[in-house]
Amino acid sequence: MFFVAAMVMYFLGTALSLAYLLRRSEALSNILLIVTGLGFLVHTGALLTRMITGGSAPLSSFGEAMSFFSWALVLVFLLVEFRNRVPVLGSFILPIAFISIVSAAALPQEVPTLEPVLKTVWVHVILSMLGTVGFAVAFAAGLMYLIQDGLLKSKRFNVLYAKLPPLDYLDRLNQQSIVLGFPLLTLGIITGALSAEFARGSYLNWNPEQTGALITWLFYFIVLVGRLTVGWRAKRAAYLTIIGFACVVLTFIGVLMKSHGTIA
Amino acid sequence: MSALTFIVVGLSHKTAPIEVREMLAIPPSRMDEALERLIRYPGIKEGLLLSTCNRVEVYAVVEQAEAGYAQAQEFLADTHLSLTSERLTPHLYRHADDRAMTHLFRVASSLDSMIVGEPQILGQIKDAFESALTHKTTGVILNKVARKAISVAKQVRTQTKIAENAVSVSFAAVELARKIFSTLRDKSVLLVGAGEMAKLAAKHLIAGGVGRVMITTRDSQHALDLAQRFNGTPIPFDQFRHEMAEADIVLCSTGASHYLIRRDDVQAAVRRRMNRPIFLIDISVPRNIDPAVKDVDNAFLFDIDDLELRVEHNLNERRGEAMKAERMVLELEVTPTIVELRKRADDIKQGELEKALAKLANLSPQERNAVEALASGIVNKLLHGSLVTLKAEAESASGAFFVEAARRFFNLNGAAVVGPCTRVRDGSDELSVHAEESEGAPPLGCAGLPARDPGTDG
Repeated sequence: MFFVAAMVMYFLGTALSLAYLLRRSEALSNILLIVTGLGFLVHTGALLTRMITGGSAPLSSFGEAMSFFSWALVLVFLLVEFRNRVPVLGSFILPIAFISIVSAAALPQEVPTLEPVLKTVWVHVILSMLGTVGFAVAFAAGLMYLIQDGLLKSKRFNVLYAKLPPLDYLDRLNQQSIVLGFPLLTLGIITGALSAEFARGSYLNWNPEQTGALITWLFYFIVLVGRLTVGWRAKRAAYLTIIGFACVVLTFIGVLMKSHGTIA
Repeated sequence: MSALTFIVVGLSHKTAPIEVREMLAIPPSRMDEALERLIRYPGIKEGLLLSTCNRVEVYAVVEQAEAGYAQAQEFLADTHLSLTSERLTPHLYRHADDRAMTHLFRVASSLDSMIVGEPQILGQIKDAFESALTHKTTGVILNKVARKAISVAKQVRTQTKIAENAVSVSFAAVELARKIFSTLRDKSVLLVGAGEMAKLAAKHLIAGGVGRVMITTRDSQHALDLAQRFNGTPIPFDQFRHEMAEADIVLCSTGASHYLIRRDDVQAAVRRRMNRPIFLIDISVPRNIDPAVKDVDNAFLFDIDDLELRVEHNLNERRGEAMKAERMVLELEVTPTIVELRKRADDIKQGELEKALAKLANLSPQERNAVEALASGIVNKLLHGSLVTLKAEAESASGAFFVEAARRFFNLNGAAVVGPCTRVRDGSDELSVHAEESEGAPPLGCAGLPARDPGTDG
């Protein structure tokens, strides 16, 4: 029952991170990290046992993909936290990770038997999910940016102001997340198309998942190019990455509608 | 029982005007001479001198408190020709033992400073300690006390937010800048006009690591002079709006009576900066930057009122943190008081019991136990309430008074106590030091506890 334990830990981590956000004291940040770190370890254990019993990478159903997404998101949070010491990032990322792991639990758990040709579908899932993790972090950074920008503009120097990192750090985090996430999503889409070709003989059949993914890809492409060429940074970048993440969430819902739990 | 006492005699910004303080101040160049003069007094066994612009204090370990006070005062009066001991008296404070320790702890923790929480004082105490060490004027006791004071100050610093926030307008500007830019290192600042406050803010920004300074004033010669002073680049006044795009931080303080920087100027600058944020500080009165600039995306404008509000807020915060810090220092005092109180009660009980038992020679073991239990019961019941109150009140704002009152009620200023952490053995100079220096150890103040470890410092 590693999985349930991880879920509980993430719930605690989320609750702690929100409490941390609203209190002046820094004391919670350590407990928050310990709980989240433990949750992450337990979650890793859950993924590994699943892999051993399932015989392949535990990524053949959408539920498992969500679980992996949540795992990778927590991993990225822990990495960023260790490098830059920004526990407040957890207050924005851990809720997303928690929602993901809960939805993973709510989705059908049985391992669907795949066609032998689809045994490699996990490559597509891992790449797409890692790309999505990048966008989720960019979303969190964007949201934090807008809040901090608003607080500075309205000169409200409250607890949140004290906890949030400087604007240019958030903007940089936003940029780096997209710069890393975008190529991963690109590769994810390509491998997905290849999988589809193997399975059904066509690269693209405009189902909700594929349509959503392409729209998302195009959107982030424009965001990235806009940033690098005409200076779509700071506030605008923050808005755009929030909209972009909405696209991602819609795509997920599309996948859900299409497959009722299975991918490809 | 021969005993040594730790004392402090001194004056500070709270007790003496600058005229008196400056006469007593001991410049670093004369520290050697002063320490040597201090230690020559026969009653002064160990000495340490703290001289800053806000205080001059003599910390000493003496044989007898009153004589020590007199000698320390004489020493202070001797620092300046035109001073007499009598003239100093009204300005001096003098404490012994625990009081002296608490005083030093409060000073080191910057609780007694003019600006509570200012960071320099700890460094100054370290320096004073260093000089005393070099001149070997400290011994076991002062070494312990000084080190403890330094560690208490560090603890206060890390566990409270006493020194966290800016309490000057110019520094508040830097603090705000740090919420926009994570590093100032590669940033550039444009100084428009040369008001005093702006110059000060610029200094803080440069100290904070700002990479490049541009300066513009209406009088181009003035800009040149300033550029030299700040190691910056002078910008012709009629071009500065154009150069603004190069600046991450704009500091404006001129005597102009109209807006020098308008919304459109900032809008254009932000556009040319490809939306990189720009931070504008207007310290001029009347204002020189159009307040409408606040509506420009990625431009952050703060005026003098905003900065002053920040300072006010930070000062309030600091006051709250100072209360916390006071409590931390007080904890160090209340614990030894409780220990002493217990010990005193125990001594009395033991003494009375022995007397009574001597008279009642034919008691059965049971009866003996009953008498002992009776004595313990009375003592414990009597003490319990006082101890609980003492502990509870130590947390409150008037805690210091309670501790003081308790010490007086129970007559706890025993002469054998040398600072709360040291004792002197009969007839010998050997000192025993009890308190541990590590952070986890019980706080200083273990008077009355059995002595342990012959002093290793001296």
